[in-house]
Amino acid sequence: MIDFEIPTPIERQMQLLGMLGEQVMRPIARYYDEHEGERPWEYINMIWQTVRAQGGRTLAAGDEKSSSGEKKPRIGNLIMVHTVEALSWGDAGLYLSTPGGALGGAAVEATGTPEQKERFLKRFGEGEPKWGAMAMTEPQAGSDTASIRTNARLTDDGKYWILNGEKIFVTSGLMAAKESPGFVVVWATIDPTAGRAGMKPFVVESGTPGMTVAKLEHKHGIRASDTAAIVFQDCRIPFDNILGSAEVARPTAGEGAPKGFKGAMKTFDATRPAVAAGALGITRATLEFTAKYLKDRGVKVRYGVPLHQQTAIERDLLHMEAQHRASWLLVLRAAAKMDAGEENTLEASMCKVKAGAVANAVAQKAVELLGPEGYSCKLLVEKWMRDARINDIYEGTGQINRLVVARRLLGYSSKELR
Amino acid sequence: MIAFTPNDEQQLIIETVRRYARERVRPAAHDADESGATPPEIISTGWELGLLPSALPEQYGGFGDEHSAVTGALAAEELGYGDLAAALHLLTPNLFGIPLLHCGTEEQKKKWLPQLTDAEFVPATAALVEPRWDFSPHTLNTTAERAQNNYVLNGHKAFVPLAAEAQAMLVYAREGGATQAFIVEKGTSGVTILDREKNMGLRALPTYEVKFEDVRVPREARLGGDAGCQIDLLLNYSRVALASLAVGVARGAFEYACDYAKQRETFGRPIAQYQSIAFMLAEMSIEIDAARLMAWEAAWTLDQGKEATQKAALAKQYADEAVLFVTDRAVQVLGGHGYIREHPVERWLRDGRGFASFLGMAMI
Repeated sequence: MIDFEIPTPIERQMQLLGMLGEQVMRPIARYYDEHEGERPWEYINMIWQTVRAQGGRTLAAGDEKSSSGEKKPRIGNLIMVHTVEALSWGDAGLYLSTPGGALGGAAVEATGTPEQKERFLKRFGEGEPKWGAMAMTEPQAGSDTASIRTNARLTDDGKYWILNGEKIFVTSGLMAAKESPGFVVVWATIDPTAGRAGMKPFVVESGTPGMTVAKLEHKHGIRASDTAAIVFQDCRIPFDNILGSAEVARPTAGEGAPKGFKGAMKTFDATRPAVAAGALGITRATLEFTAKYLKDRGVKVRYGVPLHQQTAIERDLLHMEAQHRASWLLVLRAAAKMDAGEENTLEASMCKVKAGAVANAVAQKAVELLGPEGYSCKLLVEKWMRDARINDIYEGTGQINRLVVARRLLGYSSKELR
Repeated sequence: MIAFTPNDEQQLIIETVRRYARERVRPAAHDADESGATPPEIISTGWELGLLPSALPEQYGGFGDEHSAVTGALAAEELGYGDLAAALHLLTPNLFGIPLLHCGTEEQKKKWLPQLTDAEFVPATAALVEPRWDFSPHTLNTTAERAQNNYVLNGHKAFVPLAAEAQAMLVYAREGGATQAFIVEKGTSGVTILDREKNMGLRALPTYEVKFEDVRVPREARLGGDAGCQIDLLLNYSRVALASLAVGVARGAFEYACDYAKQRETFGRPIAQYQSIAFMLAEMSIEIDAARLMAWEAAWTLDQGKEATQKAALAKQYADEAVLFVTDRAVQVLGGHGYIREHPVERWLRDGRGFASFLGMAMI
């Protein structure tokens, strides 16, 4: 069926999150942009009540089980993209500082055993606010994740892993590694000669000796969110903190990426639409504000006028609105496909490419349309432009996602199309 | 509940129309463009698919349940994928039938709709566009004035497909401050079909400028009778149709460019294995999917009976830009070969460029 009706529970949730955005996030957005490094506790403490009630799932899509036992269509991913969109509409930096499992939790959810899920994720349903984080990128390896150098060595007695290496760009790294009883999921190799097959995720508990937050980045935008560099020096963790199997399955000729790594990459299928949704939350905020600002000052926008008869400003605004809507529909498609249990790698990367580009184009154009007011810190528009910029970079740059799309379309392996 | 999968019935329509587009229309498209005519047997085969009759209720001779813009959009994409000129040719009777279905009086529907369900292709058409840069469907220069039991039409129209052979024509004109439509039958005096137009693209589609000089039609010829017609609703059906046709044209160009890029080698490997080409192809596919979803959403909104002007206008604007981008990139992927008429991509660019100027030339 082809249907665009938003399920009622999502519609209700969007209204609530819209109020939260307007009443809690917007009033403090500028302050935390200007006070990078201060934690937005008024937002954190408020949202934690909700996050805790959902067991800390801020990114992993959890479907409610129907009490009557009847089969309901899964809408977990649709809920997730709507949630991320609405919170980013409030403020993208604050949204990224939301306590909960985040990407770290999603990795445990995707690859952990039931025992590990219980041990690591239970904390997000109780007590004070906590953060999970994911440490993948290294100074010399971003999208090229197979080149990761951080290593994990098994102790002689086989009881512990010893981690050594350096990770950068860890979102909420400070909160997860040091300032709350959370954890960091660290990607490291257990066999540097094995390439991707040797890459494994490890859970390192907050405060583990040998794990140090070495630096906090100073960023262009999303300043309310901490971005940490984390160093591991003989960091010892229990054997059981490896997610998935400790075996190194060497791929035989003709096979693609090894299973474990492929499984981990699968989390991108869920997180890329979510990141794209975040980008479009900023875009919607920018569009709504800009359109209203101009309308209140007498600028008219007509629908249905052909391109060549539109005024310059109409053409810009209509173009922005159409681009935004098209991107959002691509996000919904990627999420709906995942909910239906269908492979969505192509659709996930498509929506990420589009939303990353559109978020930037729209925010940059909005600054232009508002003239000196757009450039001024009196309004949030200049901040939204800076916040938007990350979306074509993180969770896979626009370029790496174009590669993913092109390989799928053309039927090429990562060797054939590099 | 948000979902993006055509139902079984729609899937069957997609497959049927796609097969027709691929096996019948495509192979003839090059020669049709060069000679200026789609072979009649291709149109009659297309008519046998029964796309218009299936959108008409049984009481008027059709075999459809309910007219669905979504289903129409799906079919239109496949027709556009075949060839735009052939698609617009085949859909021309819709320009008459769909407005009658939605706005016609009971008498008008009873009189005309059964004629559109004939086994033979029925040339009926509509005249909306006017030959001026600032043409607007809401402020037409063509006028209709009431004179006792008649209306008198005066004006000049352009882009009227199949005007020379049409049995009947729906003529849009300004009456008072609003746009209304009037049924003008073949042979009515005062109607002059001017020379066939020549355009950058659509060269296989016979379109004409038409002049109306004191053309008298009976009072009953006014679409919708005293109630008149809902021009915005009709424009939205047109926008959705054109957006979907644009998606089809773009998809054809994209697939062709992909196939070419995988075969053409430079410096020892297929050009598709270079990022400069692969990224273009990736972006083309994203624009096509995005444009399709916009068209679907607008069509769905129409089917829900909701106000759809905003969605339909944005969908059309998006598709206007997407089809130009995609067909232009397809020419670029083929390089010098893309500029040669032996390959279809330059034709698709000529056809694709037209969408920004088209309105009311297709309806689904």
